[in-house]
Amino acid sequence: MAISRRGFLTQLGYVSIGFSLMGATCGGMEAAQGKNVDVLDLPPTGDRVNAWLRILENGEVQILTGKMELGQGIGTALIQLAAEELNMSMDKVRLHLAETGVTQDEGYTAGSRSIESSGMSIRNAAATARELLLKLVSEKWDVPIGELSLETGRIYGAEKDISLEELLKGQQIDAKIGKPSKLLGKTRRKFVGRPIPRQDIADMVIGKQFFLHDLRFPDMVHARIVRPRTYSAKLLSLGMENLEASPGFLKLVNIGSFVGILTKEEYQAVQLKKNLEKSAKWDYKQELPVDIPLETHIKNVADPPETTIKKGKGILVDQEHLDHHKASYSKPYIMHASNGPSCAIAYFNKGHLKLWSHSQGVYPLRNTLSKLLKMAEEHISIKGVPGAGCYGHNGADDVAAEAALMALEYPGKHIRLQWMREDEHAWEPYGTAMVMELQAALNSQGKIVRWAYDLWSDGHSTRPGGDPSSLLPARYLDQGYGRPNGGYKGGGIRNSEPYYDLDNLQIQFRSFKGPLRASALRGLGAYANIFAIESFMDELALKAGKDPIDFRLDHLSDDRARTCLERLRNATKLVVPKEGQGIGHAFSRYKNEASYCAIAALVEVDRSSGKVIVRKMWGVIDSGEAINPEGIRNQTEGGMVQSASWALKEEVKFNADHIISIDWNTYPILRFPETPDVEVEVIDRPDQPPLGAGEAAQGPATAAILNAIYRATGSRIRSLPVTSEKLRL
Amino acid sequence: MAEIYLHLTVNGIDHSLEVDAETPLLYVLRNHLRLNGPKFGCGLQQCGACMVLMDGESVPSCRLPVKVAARSEIITLEGLVGAEGQLHKVQQAFVDEQAAQCGYCINGMIMASAALLQKNPSPSQGEIREKLSINICRCGIHDRIIKAVIKASKLK
Repeated sequence: MAISRRGFLTQLGYVSIGFSLMGATCGGMEAAQGKNVDVLDLPPTGDRVNAWLRILENGEVQILTGKMELGQGIGTALIQLAAEELNMSMDKVRLHLAETGVTQDEGYTAGSRSIESSGMSIRNAAATARELLLKLVSEKWDVPIGELSLETGRIYGAEKDISLEELLKGQQIDAKIGKPSKLLGKTRRKFVGRPIPRQDIADMVIGKQFFLHDLRFPDMVHARIVRPRTYSAKLLSLGMENLEASPGFLKLVNIGSFVGILTKEEYQAVQLKKNLEKSAKWDYKQELPVDIPLETHIKNVADPPETTIKKGKGILVDQEHLDHHKASYSKPYIMHASNGPSCAIAYFNKGHLKLWSHSQGVYPLRNTLSKLLKMAEEHISIKGVPGAGCYGHNGADDVAAEAALMALEYPGKHIRLQWMREDEHAWEPYGTAMVMELQAALNSQGKIVRWAYDLWSDGHSTRPGGDPSSLLPARYLDQGYGRPNGGYKGGGIRNSEPYYDLDNLQIQFRSFKGPLRASALRGLGAYANIFAIESFMDELALKAGKDPIDFRLDHLSDDRARTCLERLRNATKLVVPKEGQGIGHAFSRYKNEASYCAIAALVEVDRSSGKVIVRKMWGVIDSGEAINPEGIRNQTEGGMVQSASWALKEEVKFNADHIISIDWNTYPILRFPETPDVEVEVIDRPDQPPLGAGEAAQGPATAAILNAIYRATGSRIRSLPVTSEKLRL
Repeated sequence: MAEIYLHLTVNGIDHSLEVDAETPLLYVLRNHLRLNGPKFGCGLQQCGACMVLMDGESVPSCRLPVKVAARSEIITLEGLVGAEGQLHKVQQAFVDEQAAQCGYCINGMIMASAALLQKNPSPSQGEIREKLSINICRCGIHDRIIKAVIKASKLK
């Protein structure tokens, strides 16, 4: 029987903890405030329709994703997918974001995987639901399915019709997700494939609650963390008498070298933090390498090389007759630098901890917190609520862990902890520095016949994943958890293999453990690898005496890749760079299996000042089936501009003690007077599976800018960022 | 740092508050008046996330002592909405142009743009860029924001 006869509100296994807060609004993303609803002790397994989709008693449909809205617009795309299969208007579909005990454990919202994973689960669940509902009515009325239709929440027959809520009476479709005989998103495309505007922007422009930062609870109190002098400093004393006399003081939480304070008003905590950071005494030593260039330090501390790919003859044989070229590239540490400092709200009462977090992975965070706090997972609930754009693993998990530690010491009140700007800039885990060395040989026809790549990288993800040491406060507790190990090495070699047709290829990877905290930043290693490979391709094209786009096409047999480059050429064919200007191009296929993306940049360089302005950027992206081309366009535009900022401005600086890039003046990013105009073409291929798009632009955008700078100046910059000193004559 | 009573006019409503007079306006708007528009971004007047209109000019509120703000007319993002709920033309244009990704900066972008259009009803692209130069957008959607402001300048 397709339909469960167990009512969903009375079903055993539901426990009311008043946590899943459902908004009163129709359609769009559910607000995080509003009336309480019951949540499941254990959600249905992911192969069930009701794990992803519920028919509400008011006839609306709720879809449940284990992913988070991070500003990438995933919410709208997921609603489009469900509305399409259920033939329902989008404002009758509401979205529930990642929440422990409610949604599926979909790991992290990362790697441009949300459409490919959560999106396809929701699509299949909705299509299965449609087919089961029609079958149910067909049996009930004894009419052939072919004579029935599902439209805007009602099933119509020739003579009668019935609403879904009348049909289901509050029960859910507890059935296995099958292989639907038809996907309307592939054929009809009433919502899917269309540039549907995001509903949440309409809420944002009037200041409706959307962000975690805007959640308020009765009697909520405010926390701040007192930061140590260095990563491994130990607290000697707070150096302040009469802490209790500070305005609004409620509680000091001092566990080992972890120091948090709670006050009644938020600004009281801000001031007390500042005062304690001045007065506190720390045992610390200078621990960061500043006497030698970072690239040298990286090479000094790296592990022995590991050959990750070897094809054909490798690089080392009888090459005297070939035209050789080699070059070395580097990128510094760069930061996520969220515009909104990380925030969390924690509430501990009667042995149960509730957290509101903008973490990218509520389940992995819960698992890790359970170890850190020595509490069973079932006593911790985490609700995902959007924060500011994070572009990867920023301070979201750290601040949640800190708020949790505070809450355990101060039960019964909601504790709101927001990081200050300096907390975010100086303590988040950065995108690691990397060194990339390339060698290649060309034959007399200008074809690449040897390719060797040597790569140095720290791990690219120290997300929680069950290891308490990945959470910043863990280092400072009595029980020293130390620094997390290595992290995700796969991130370093991401896109280290060129997408070009190369027969003789060798890639060597050297892992190192760098001086700064590092974790996943948009694109991971793909960013630096593509920057290096695509810069080098331009250098080789020049050596071969070929047009850079032709040179790439000569080594590219994948038609979709070729199409991107050809369309990019078309988009820029009328651009004639003026004196001091240059145009550059680059291409990559993210992860060599996700979106194809080709980018061009027109730059202008003032040699007397060395200042670079990117005037315009063009992008062509093929993400397979485009669920929402407008969302893909927005992500690609933003990715290009963010990448331009990384390329031209960004570098995390540190002294022997700690990071000194602590705000927007000491860590400048691209601002309005310097941002390019952008133009993006989205190639929609409904017959293909959808491919992750959100990170595709990062690598090629920077390479296109560097290639353009070379065309404008004849100077090849191989170390990021492109500061004006590097180009000043 | 004694708490005092002061009067603050926000979005046309007069509030009597008991606060520490040195508290920056931002904290009073968010925590006392429960407004979501102005956001904490840096607390250093470097990013514009906390912008409000003070006597018609866009200013960061994160360091502005509330006692100073009390002498002026304060408008927040919420206060741009008309009496019948109609959006301000800048708000409408940001929706139309889908000028947001994460949306954390949108408050400052809209407040600064509203102040600009008040003084200069048809700004050039250069003037828009200059006006918004304090406003940080980390998602990189500057181009959409500029298009939204130009669009707003053409709306009634």
